[in-house]
Amino acid sequence: MKNRGYYGNHGGAFLPEILVATFDELESEFEKIKNDPFFWKEYEALMSSYSCRPTPLTFAGNLTRKFGGAKIYIKREDLNHTGAHKANNVMGQGMLVKRMGKKRVIAETGAGQHGVATATMAAKFGFDCTIYMGEVDVHRQRPNVFWMEQLGATVVPVRDGTRILKDAINEAFRDWVTNMDTTHYVLGTACGPHPFPEMVSYFQSIIGKEARQQILNVEGKLPKRVYACVGGGSNALGLFSGFFDDPVELVGVEAGGKGLNSGKHASRLCSKDASTGIAQGYKTYFLQDDDGQMKETHSISAGLDYVGVSPILSHMQDQGKARFESATDTEVVAALKLTMQTEGIIPALESSHAFAQAFKEAPSLLKEDVIIINQSGRGDKDIFTIADAVDDPKWKEFIIGKAEEYNA
Amino acid sequence: MLESYIKERLKTKDILLMTHIVIGYPSFETSHEIVKQMVEAGVDLMELQIPFSEPMADGPVILKANQKAIEKGSTVKKCFEFAQRVSKEFSIPFLFMSYANILYKYGMEQFSDKMAQINLKGAIVPDLPPEEGKNYIRAMKKNELSPIYIFSPETSDERLAYLSSFASGFVYCLARKGVTGKETAFSIEISDYFSRCRKATNLPLAVGFGVKEKADVDYLKGKADIAVIGSQTIRIVEEKGVAATGDFIRSIL
Repeated sequence: MKNRGYYGNHGGAFLPEILVATFDELESEFEKIKNDPFFWKEYEALMSSYSCRPTPLTFAGNLTRKFGGAKIYIKREDLNHTGAHKANNVMGQGMLVKRMGKKRVIAETGAGQHGVATATMAAKFGFDCTIYMGEVDVHRQRPNVFWMEQLGATVVPVRDGTRILKDAINEAFRDWVTNMDTTHYVLGTACGPHPFPEMVSYFQSIIGKEARQQILNVEGKLPKRVYACVGGGSNALGLFSGFFDDPVELVGVEAGGKGLNSGKHASRLCSKDASTGIAQGYKTYFLQDDDGQMKETHSISAGLDYVGVSPILSHMQDQGKARFESATDTEVVAALKLTMQTEGIIPALESSHAFAQAFKEAPSLLKEDVIIINQSGRGDKDIFTIADAVDDPKWKEFIIGKAEEYNA
Repeated sequence: MLESYIKERLKTKDILLMTHIVIGYPSFETSHEIVKQMVEAGVDLMELQIPFSEPMADGPVILKANQKAIEKGSTVKKCFEFAQRVSKEFSIPFLFMSYANILYKYGMEQFSDKMAQINLKGAIVPDLPPEEGKNYIRAMKKNELSPIYIFSPETSDERLAYLSSFASGFVYCLARKGVTGKETAFSIEISDYFSRCRKATNLPLAVGFGVKEKADVDYLKGKADIAVIGSQTIRIVEEKGVAATGDFIRSIL
């Protein structure tokens, strides 16, 4: 490996020896595509014909009027094929897998969006596909499990550890150290050993490239602030990267869970509970105890419920190049309801974190200011969780009725 | 020094045996009893694993042992106390095995100083390649401790040589791809790999991953210097109880 992928004190490639050769190959293939001008064109062509790129930038007129401050725009990553920004990364890595001549892909998934996107890519490109998913997430994201299986993937529920996203990542690595000759691990976020943080951000940068052009086209100026939720950090880096050289404030919103003082959250960058550590092959801020054992995390959204965070974002935090905030489960559900009812748009619970923070800040901005919220995914996958959160009696009645039908 | 101990011991034995425990699994007292039985049965050196919540290179058996040990309160502090106790009581060399974060959080230098203080001889840290372990290597060298490096069948000759330049004590050769505790077919192909390992280093070679019965150990005689038994002893304790440990060790020697 030529470059160890450090961003200040964070990043690196803490690899078990068995994977070193595999990462050398991956790094060198990634270098090739980065330097190949045709690759990005081919990638854009694929994304515009198979997914829905460029995704629209929607002006949220009703929300803007309600808050009476900045003009609110929404970048619609939910309109990608499979309903989230995850497709951007997955299709890019799929093209890379074809180049490397591998025949099987594996992936971890939290919310299930990355798993569905990977299963879709595998079906299109003709790869075998295995998805690792924490048992807790299998329960809270059942519809996505159904779709992954329908798409031909094998979904393996992970019953070790805390049974969520980080445990699914460990299990995917365990598969990879056995099968790396035939298999590529499609890591879903800008975490893990180098070159994953850089590579995933590279594919996601399509979000920021489009958003910057789109806002200049409609408003003739740059936004004051842009908002994105932060789990691993790939949708945030995708949007932020479009504005790295601009006077635009980048705001990342983490899962505040039941509150930063409750111990039940997944805020690595804006809580006092995280410290630098090494796990899952990279160095970053982790929620861990003094011995270095990873802690349990909590979020209403499976996709943000992760113990580490992109080393690129950790470095941005250290350098003050982005501001990180958190939104609680309750704030998130309120923001989601408001967005649905005022704009007719259904953001995912993950994305709703970005909405919640933007709603806190919009009223205090000027009317001529413009902000962009990244809607990283669509919320209909969360129907069971949201139905519980809004305590909808008619939905309950339906589920009970359905269960009786199956029991009959 | 670890290397000279091993070479001395090899003058009287065809192959040495290294075993592994997860400290505090299923309990500290049981861990102590396992060590005692293993040493009395003739084990030559032992890996003491400090449990970590994300043991990426370990398969289901050791993974579960890590999680249970942490749940039962196996802190780093208690692991040091345990290691100090057994290294005082028994005369074989003990090594730590753990993951990079445990050392990083403790402080690479402090960790290594502490190891020297309690008479541990070396450490195996599978997710800390030399490129990421400069401070670790420096600290281990200062304390005359052995950082144990790992060769894998996927490692190129060039990299075997690179790893050898940091290795001390012995080199740990993975018999195959994958995680700990799965089957290994010891075959001709493996012999070629062992001879590549031999060429790369003058240090003794330990072979682990999938070594679980007498036939495996016999196969390794003349090819490797140390046979490493990891998951299998944990399975034996789980299935037959601690009392079976000594007999199991005697049965494979």
